[in-house]
Amino acid sequence: MKKVLLPLAVVALLLAIWELLAQTGALADLLGIRESVSDVIVPAPTDVAQSLWDDRDLLVDNGWITLQEMLGGLLIAFALGVGFAIVLHLSETLRRAFYPILVASQTIPIVAIAAVLVIWLGFGIGPKLAVVALICFFPITVNMLDGLRSVDPQAVRMMRTLDGSRSVILRRLELPYSMPQFFSGAKIAVAIAPIGAVLGEFVGANGGLGYLITQANANLLTARVFASIVVLSAFALILFLLIVAAERTLTPWGRKELS
Amino acid sequence: MATTQEASVMKPHQTERTGPKRAIRVMGVSHGFGELEVLAGIDLEVAEGEVVGLVGPSGCGKSTFLELVSGLAEARSGSIEVEGAGAGEPTARLASCAYMPQRDLLFPWLSAIDNAALAPRNRGESKRASREAALPLFARFGLAEFANAMPNELSGGMRQRVAFLRTLLAGKPVLLLDEPFAALDAITRGEMQEWLAGALLAEPRTVMLVTHDVEEALYLCDRVAVLSARPTRIVAELQPKAPRSLDRAGAITDPGFTSLREEALRALREHSR
Repeated sequence: MKKVLLPLAVVALLLAIWELLAQTGALADLLGIRESVSDVIVPAPTDVAQSLWDDRDLLVDNGWITLQEMLGGLLIAFALGVGFAIVLHLSETLRRAFYPILVASQTIPIVAIAAVLVIWLGFGIGPKLAVVALICFFPITVNMLDGLRSVDPQAVRMMRTLDGSRSVILRRLELPYSMPQFFSGAKIAVAIAPIGAVLGEFVGANGGLGYLITQANANLLTARVFASIVVLSAFALILFLLIVAAERTLTPWGRKELS
Repeated sequence: MATTQEASVMKPHQTERTGPKRAIRVMGVSHGFGELEVLAGIDLEVAEGEVVGLVGPSGCGKSTFLELVSGLAEARSGSIEVEGAGAGEPTARLASCAYMPQRDLLFPWLSAIDNAALAPRNRGESKRASREAALPLFARFGLAEFANAMPNELSGGMRQRVAFLRTLLAGKPVLLLDEPFAALDAITRGEMQEWLAGALLAEPRTVMLVTHDVEEALYLCDRVAVLSARPTRIVAELQPKAPRSLDRAGAITDPGFTSLREEALRALREHSR
């Protein structure tokens, strides 16, 4: 309980300070914004809460679109991430050939690629899935590959004398052994998935929270922008907690060396 | 005549006139890593059902030697035959050898019985069938109540017992034990030595036991080879007079035993630098 209470208290404190600064106009003064428009431009947490309630239909509809993009993209990212990790683990040649390319794929400015993806894949869900998958597969691949490669060579040798074939060793030793690291990668992936989805929507979309943010921003509905951000954060947080729960259930032994 | 000797090598099941059939024959094996010369001409024969100990200083290549025998690696020169499978056939040697590493290496995601039953499971048997294969051994060696425990619930000695059952359940005629009790405390080690002695009397196998503990080797083995420091040779071969027994305290205080131990330690000291 203490683990939850402390961060909650910090959040409550920050919100209270923000509320105070917004209500007294101190935040607007600080930013050099005229008092007449300060309510619009610098919403207080209570304004954001109001927007969360008033715009609930809008947030639910657009949130659902973004959630689909995130989940779809994550699904692709998990498949690609795990697949790449296994293939690169099994083949030294492929690892040397493709690992640098995988790393290079993360140096591409994702905004630039997103624009091209819209041209290629249209305004639908396609480019958003692609952007989410592109930024999320990487932490999964890298972490899981590290996990697979850190398996004790003594354990592999032992498995060979216990009649383990290559595929049996992968299935019965290396994959379970690398599960904790897979989950480390998965946690990063779900935390950055909303970034990918919103980015994909910024470049070209007619729905989704990223789209809603662009529209609200243009209309100076700042409270709605913040409300959308709150929903996005909630998505990431819930996915993160789901991964933590899956990790606890599936790998109760934790990240332990073989002894 | 050379031809008849060849024939007896080719047909391992044919009993030789001189005694029990030979399980392992190591001839002039040398090995190294890069410039480093590790093994410098090892000759060793092990009869079927014999327990042979290899004692040597740290870093003398004992583990490397077991790897070569098991067929996990191929020696630079010399030849190794295990159960008739010779040089150039490492996979055939692998099929006759089960290897027990120094650390128990139990998989934390499998219960004790599933860890022990890894070999039958690896060969494609169902989870149930492989457990059924393992259960009688658990019962026989007093581990029945721990069958479903997870490794982190077991003591070091218990884990090592499960690891040994895992090695037995590989169903191989030759067991290669690589310092199996080195990680245990002195009291548990003594208990485990007695337990292993009993297990090997109940389930006789050809065993190569690597250890740095002279007493452990002399107590558990029919014959003990003392190794020098790198480049490693066999510098002495000792044969305890008494047959292997379950009574460790009695065995190690026997005057014959203590004089052999002195002899082994002297050989070790002389050749450890």
